[in-house]
Amino acid sequence: MTKPMGSHRTANGGRIDRSRPLSFMFDGVTYGGFAGDTLASALLANGVHLVGRSFKYHRPRGVLTAGADEPNALVQLERGARTEPNLRATQVELYQGLVATSVNAWPSLTHDLGAVNQLLSRFFVAGFYYKTFMRPKVLWDRVYEPFLRRMAGLGRAPELPDPDIYDKMHVHCDVLVVGAGPAGLAAALAAGRTGARVILMDEQAEAGGSLLSSAESLDGKPAPDWVADALAELASLPAVRVLQRTSVFGYYDQNFLCAVERRTDHLGPGARPGLSRQRLWHVRAARVVLATGAHERPLVFADNDRPGVMQASAVATYVRRFGVRLGSRAVIFTTNDSAYDAVDALLAAGIGIAAVVDSRPDPGPRAEAARAAGVVVHAGCVVAATHGTRRITGVEVRGCEGGVLAPAGLRLSCDLLAISGGWSPAVHLFSQSQGRVRWDEAKLCFVPGEAAQAQTSAGACNGTFGLGAVLAEGLAAGASAAHLAGFGDGAVPATPAVAEVAAAPGDALWLVPGLKPLGRAGKHFVDFQNDVTAFDIRLAAREGFESVEHVKRYTTNGMATDQGKTSNVNGLAILADTLGRAIPEVGTTTFRAPYTPVTFGVMAGRDLGEMLDPVRTTPIHAWHVARGALFEDVGQWKRPWYFPLAGEDMHAAVRREAKAVRDGLGVLDASTLGKIEIRGRDAGVFLDRIYTNLFSKLGIGRCRYGLMCKEDGMVFDDGVTARLGPDHYYMTTTTGGAARVLDWLEDYLQTEWPDLEVYCTSVTEQWSTIAVSGPRARDLLADLAPGMAVDPESFPFLSMREGMVAGLAARVFRISFTGELSYEINVPSHLGLAMWQAVMAAGARHGITPYGTETMHLLRAEKGFIIIGQETDGTVTPLDLGMDWIVSKQKDFVGKRSLTRSDTARADRKRLVGLLPEDEGEVLPEGAQLVEMAGGTPPVPMLGHVTSSYWSPNLGRSFALALIKGGPERLGQIVFAPLAGGRTVKARIVEPVFLDREGSRQNG
Amino acid sequence: MADVLINPVADRLSPLELLRVTLAAASDPSQVAIRELPFLCQIALRGSPGNTLFMAAVQKALGLDLPVKAGSVVLAGSVRALWLGPDEWLVVAPDGAAPALLSALAAALEGVHAQAVDVSANRTVIALEGPRAAEVLAKGLTLDLHPRAFGPGRVTQTILARAAVILEQTGEAPAYRLYVRNSFATYLASWLMDAAAEYRLPPLC
Repeated sequence: MTKPMGSHRTANGGRIDRSRPLSFMFDGVTYGGFAGDTLASALLANGVHLVGRSFKYHRPRGVLTAGADEPNALVQLERGARTEPNLRATQVELYQGLVATSVNAWPSLTHDLGAVNQLLSRFFVAGFYYKTFMRPKVLWDRVYEPFLRRMAGLGRAPELPDPDIYDKMHVHCDVLVVGAGPAGLAAALAAGRTGARVILMDEQAEAGGSLLSSAESLDGKPAPDWVADALAELASLPAVRVLQRTSVFGYYDQNFLCAVERRTDHLGPGARPGLSRQRLWHVRAARVVLATGAHERPLVFADNDRPGVMQASAVATYVRRFGVRLGSRAVIFTTNDSAYDAVDALLAAGIGIAAVVDSRPDPGPRAEAARAAGVVVHAGCVVAATHGTRRITGVEVRGCEGGVLAPAGLRLSCDLLAISGGWSPAVHLFSQSQGRVRWDEAKLCFVPGEAAQAQTSAGACNGTFGLGAVLAEGLAAGASAAHLAGFGDGAVPATPAVAEVAAAPGDALWLVPGLKPLGRAGKHFVDFQNDVTAFDIRLAAREGFESVEHVKRYTTNGMATDQGKTSNVNGLAILADTLGRAIPEVGTTTFRAPYTPVTFGVMAGRDLGEMLDPVRTTPIHAWHVARGALFEDVGQWKRPWYFPLAGEDMHAAVRREAKAVRDGLGVLDASTLGKIEIRGRDAGVFLDRIYTNLFSKLGIGRCRYGLMCKEDGMVFDDGVTARLGPDHYYMTTTTGGAARVLDWLEDYLQTEWPDLEVYCTSVTEQWSTIAVSGPRARDLLADLAPGMAVDPESFPFLSMREGMVAGLAARVFRISFTGELSYEINVPSHLGLAMWQAVMAAGARHGITPYGTETMHLLRAEKGFIIIGQETDGTVTPLDLGMDWIVSKQKDFVGKRSLTRSDTARADRKRLVGLLPEDEGEVLPEGAQLVEMAGGTPPVPMLGHVTSSYWSPNLGRSFALALIKGGPERLGQIVFAPLAGGRTVKARIVEPVFLDREGSRQNG
Repeated sequence: MADVLINPVADRLSPLELLRVTLAAASDPSQVAIRELPFLCQIALRGSPGNTLFMAAVQKALGLDLPVKAGSVVLAGSVRALWLGPDEWLVVAPDGAAPALLSALAAALEGVHAQAVDVSANRTVIALEGPRAAEVLAKGLTLDLHPRAFGPGRVTQTILARAAVILEQTGEAPAYRLYVRNSFATYLASWLMDAAAEYRLPPLC
């Protein structure tokens, strides 16, 4: 289906580009529009007023607004992977080929099944769901919830991966101006002229705000021309940046604001591959000027939601800015002067006006001017009812005095009803900045109170109306913001000359009486998007909800995706009236980010896939990859897990690697270990205080294993530290602990012991560490380092030597994590791969076998060596691990005093033991809970848990390490591990050392 | 049987050597160029600026006065000292300079409470240059690099994207050096190439 294009356009004018026609599809029908249209303006220009169905009652709805406050015209934009739900048609820029569907209409917009809800609507009052779907409980899962899910909700989330890219940008400025309407442009000009770094962000495609649809002139120029001149001047200022299509949606502490820039959306999906579709801006501003304008309030009268009912300001915008003939016969219903702009716009466009219905008995000069132009103005009257279903066809006009309708009135036919209930300043960002709003009884709106941050509100968002005053306030705010940020003298530029318009005060008309009592005939909608009516708010008050926050949640008023931009104040006023209180006594709601919905894509930015988190690799990584290693994630590191040969699974590979180390020679890339150079006169004393054991007496060239605790006595990290000189130590830490141990050392040096002369420097990545382990390790080292005396007497266990290895100056440590004869060869990391290759080449005749972390874990467990984070979890003391031998009784160290607390000293703490499953092939799952007996009635007392568990090719059986209450006293006892699935595994408690208890292999 | 001998210069492999061609292909000097400056001499230096013996000894060994102003850099010939903290500096010099500088420091600092450690292989250096360089960094850096806030001769330790870096501005163009741990270098280079990719496309109008 194709509809003729632009059948409802004015003959000329507007800011659309009539030389650039575009076609688009809405609900399966192809229409035409122009560049410069929004989806809403293009639909209206095709005479399409019915654009959606309401959330609860599925009532036909039309475009209400021309901006971010739109509650009705929500569309699902595009299809497939790029589909996006709940976009406001009033903010979607038209592009060639745009495809949109209405939300909340099933199976179609014009034949909506859910519309039956309208017939049931007397039951669908506030709290309906809470009250109705309580019982029987079983029906909830099977009937109620599936039904509600089908009927409720707005658009559909995309189900395919998002093909677009998004990114982020951080920016700093002296003055951030939010909104490029008259106040924002004025503020940016005044601030920019001082040389301050100014950023002006505006959510629309072009700057100008209300000036783009204004008939006023500034300094004798039409408003849009003044906007063009202002933009030209801003462009000439090098420190000023203007960002259009950029919505500031969040205002956080310390003048940190977030904005989303829609960079390519207006070009259509996929139009600019490689460019981010949307960009998240993180802004830090010395000063902020909010110039976010105001939202026009709808009036609350019976059946105020028919398509064709529209904010008066939106009427002016569609007619003037977009050249849309919105109808042929309009009624204007207002409580204030601003709707007369719509009257002027309609008159200029030659659109018939049936009447202006003005609630004020004496509406003032603007009404007189309208009358002079031939418009009928019904003063002191209201619209008491409307007619029509898919489009408004007429209104019932009644006199109204003191909230009572006159018994008779007249019926006017119309196809457009422009409404204005006054204005609500857009205080959303001000509220987010923790500023408190106050009620202005004269202006009938909430206005910003005292600013909570370095911020000023200017223009309509500050409750200032009237172009001259808005411009003056914007200029003053900009000049002042720049001055406070250190630029300019604060002098305010002259305000452009604007014609004064005589004004009359507005009327406080919160709820227009209907022809029948409230709730009996017609619906007085307050929140269009959530279908909350005045009756619902009254009902909530009757049922005892008095707090505005409770009423909001009970009725859902203001809780839709528009966050109540058009409904909050009306709802609050009706609640106040019902409770017989003044509006300020009832309060207001707090606004939270985001101001308008933000895509998850832009929140994620580029932090996806490979860039979600850095992958850290060692200098030898490429070799491991080429060798076919599988990798284990250790923090951000990729460490070789095991090196399978053709046809091997992990178990086969680990068996082979583990046998090779015990029987021949293995090699491990241990480069990820943390390494810290420690230097200074007091280095030994310092280490004595940090480690549980003594390091100040360590001989030069000797190494010692050390354990460190936190103040609570719990094991924190471990590793081998070597003494390189009288005041020079070299500490190694666990891979995961490298950064936090250095921080820990610095923390103590800087805050607790500043008197100690010690400096620490991380050298973790300066050195590549290659661990060769196995009975033939000495032969290998002898081959590689012919100048180094490697015999056990010259180079004993737990010592280190500096010397030439394969032609390189290296540090070699004779330490062992496998329990075998081992050397760790350290060379500067640029040469790590070269040394690894040299080791592999020299080791070939010894059958050298590269092994990974899985084999390393198995081998150390056979020896009962702990792993921090596996045998420990922050609640385990050195004594729990049976490592009394490493805890000095003579000296003090961090955590020592905690070891004698009653809880850390009690006898039945979980302590480290070994476990041998009765079935030698049974490998217990790590983490399995252990109990005293099989079976029994839960809760069964738990004794402890398995910390490490393997099948050992060296033992020819399975084994495990475990933490068990009073473990060492239970040696020889049987425990049970009840597993998921009901099976129970029996195991015997043994000493936690399974191999070479006397250490002859590593020491030899 | 030392049949395997490594050449300590020729056999070096820098962290981004395998990405050298990729980085060149992703670079456009008229927008932003990314390249590795491999094997620069880097020495971690610790000492108290209030200790005149220390300051004088370093002056003697390096021929420069260590910067004491936070975030500043002092250059003397081919040697530069980057302020990293109140008692911490990074001395940077051309490839190969480390042994001589370290022994000069060791001799001059004899008996002085100080620490000088060779960290030449601890980090590599990425040079980021060109008119778009600051914008590329702004995608992952919360700090202000505007000429009014930062500039040549300034250095800071910060987080770029998800990697800890030492960031030094070396030129007005602008030109920056990013000192990054070896293990983060591939990540950071990939991130930089991704962030710079859009500047090889026609700009958004």
